[in-house]
Amino acid sequence: MPRRRPKVNNLMLAVWSLWRREMVRFYRDRSRVIGGLVPPVIFWFFIGSGLSGSFSVGSGDTALNYRQYFFPGTLVLIFLFTAVFSTISIIEDRREGFLQSVLVAPVPRMAIVLGKLFGSASLAFLQGMPFFIAAPFIGLHLTLSSLLISLFILFGVAFSLAGVGFFIAWRMDSTQGFHAIMNMGLIPLWLLSGALFPIHNIPGWLAMLVRLNPLTYSIAALQHELFPPGAIPDLPPLGFCVAVIVIFSLATLCAAVFITQRGRDQ
Amino acid sequence: MKAVETRSLRHTYPARSNAKPGMALKGIDFSVEPGEVFGFLGPNGSGKTTLFKILSTLIEPSEGTAFIFGCDVVKNVDEARKKMGIVFQYPSLDKMLTVEENLTSQGHLYGLSGAPLKKRVEEMMDRFGLTPRRGESVQHLSGGYRRRVELAKGLIHSPELLILDEPSTGLDPAARREFWETIGALKKKNGMTVLVTTHMGEEGDKCDRLAIMYEGEIIATGTPDELKSGIGGDVITIHSGQPDALLDTIDTKFGVRPVLLDGVIRMELPRGHEMIPKIVEAFPGKITAISMGKPTLEDVFVHKTGRMLWLAGEGADAPKEAKGE
Repeated sequence: MPRRRPKVNNLMLAVWSLWRREMVRFYRDRSRVIGGLVPPVIFWFFIGSGLSGSFSVGSGDTALNYRQYFFPGTLVLIFLFTAVFSTISIIEDRREGFLQSVLVAPVPRMAIVLGKLFGSASLAFLQGMPFFIAAPFIGLHLTLSSLLISLFILFGVAFSLAGVGFFIAWRMDSTQGFHAIMNMGLIPLWLLSGALFPIHNIPGWLAMLVRLNPLTYSIAALQHELFPPGAIPDLPPLGFCVAVIVIFSLATLCAAVFITQRGRDQ
Repeated sequence: MKAVETRSLRHTYPARSNAKPGMALKGIDFSVEPGEVFGFLGPNGSGKTTLFKILSTLIEPSEGTAFIFGCDVVKNVDEARKKMGIVFQYPSLDKMLTVEENLTSQGHLYGLSGAPLKKRVEEMMDRFGLTPRRGESVQHLSGGYRRRVELAKGLIHSPELLILDEPSTGLDPAARREFWETIGALKKKNGMTVLVTTHMGEEGDKCDRLAIMYEGEIIATGTPDELKSGIGGDVITIHSGQPDALLDTIDTKFGVRPVLLDGVIRMELPRGHEMIPKIVEAFPGKITAISMGKPTLEDVFVHKTGRMLWLAGEGADAPKEAKGE
């Protein structure tokens, strides 16, 4: 007879196993590596270079050129796209049949969600880190604490957006539909987060949308950590940003678990 | 304790679901003894896949209850899941992983890990002749091999019950034979209970007992011999270019009521061998082939429903009977 383990261990074992599967699959399909990383970097390089002459924030010691300003936004873009689009594998798992054997196994649905979300977040790190470590080369200075806080924030971005992706993908049959929906939702979310332009001086109706956008606080937190103090006026306090990120991550996790609970009546 | 038991199991698919809306199961009651190989024989759309999904805990029944070794599949779902191994009709393997990786990750889902899991994976690969191919990715395996991996996967946690949905779909005759030999060995050596759905009469013959399903109901239950003995004597089938002409004449001349199904005339009667020369002489040149046999499960299905097993689910026309009384 197989050894009986406590429930929590079983959950962690299943999460670990499903996470590991995501890593192995990614490793065996290496063309995916290029897809997530290169377009945002090209985007960053051309837009950053093109706008360098006509854009500046701050003055004196705290002045930023556009390549520097656009750096956190690009970083978030890489994490966000990789995390969200790796949850598309839920649709493939369902179509190829793998998912059905997980659904009838004696593990809570939470294990499926956590395995996928940690998997997506890990992939985002694999893709985003090469760009992140380039920060010192464009004049952005990192201390150990700002590095750790930035990594935590980026993990939050990847984990929560993967939760959103999971929630949408669970009920979908086609990967094309998923692409359409996510592009429609994600691009505005990213545009209205302060990733592309500073938000301290924009019209009131737009400022309202920006303030409601959870991604705004990820960008703001990264600006706290990567830019010299005072470079961007009127940033929300770091503690508040971190709180928003944590709450948003938990909320999307709950939503993803919730949608899987309803899945037994098809 | 019964291995499997259901009480007035009903299932209705909601109008917006992918499946055909309407009542798929209309009150199913059956039980399976431990150590039995029990089959569900029926055409596509007879409800056997819905029944499989309920027993395997993929969906919840609209009404009624089902028990796996005493565990309710809705209220005590985790315990029920531990007791059964499930083999799906469509592949459930991760094609990008190797044979060994597929088995290992399945073991993790059932709470196995470390040395005991490693040992179990070795045992399973050994038993199914997969050891030489352990490092190959599943996408490079043939259908027969993949089916072996599916079986090994379903058995990794040493379940007491094995449930299989249309297990020989897509297998060639040799692989099918091998598959049924494995099932026989599992029953004999491990005393395993096996539940299997099929739409093929010859597979039903391999079961200890079976239930014939039609339009969401069980219309007959018994051993293959019991079911076949319900048909008296022999079954004669006649192929002809003008089956309609023959149909009425046979009825009036010989007093047997033949049925025309899928272009073939078919009748049940005792002492069929005496009738064959009479029929051949009565219709010179009109019969292309005539054959006689002992009833098969296919014949049992026709007898009970008036339809052919492989056509019944596809909206086939009702059978045509001779007009005269």
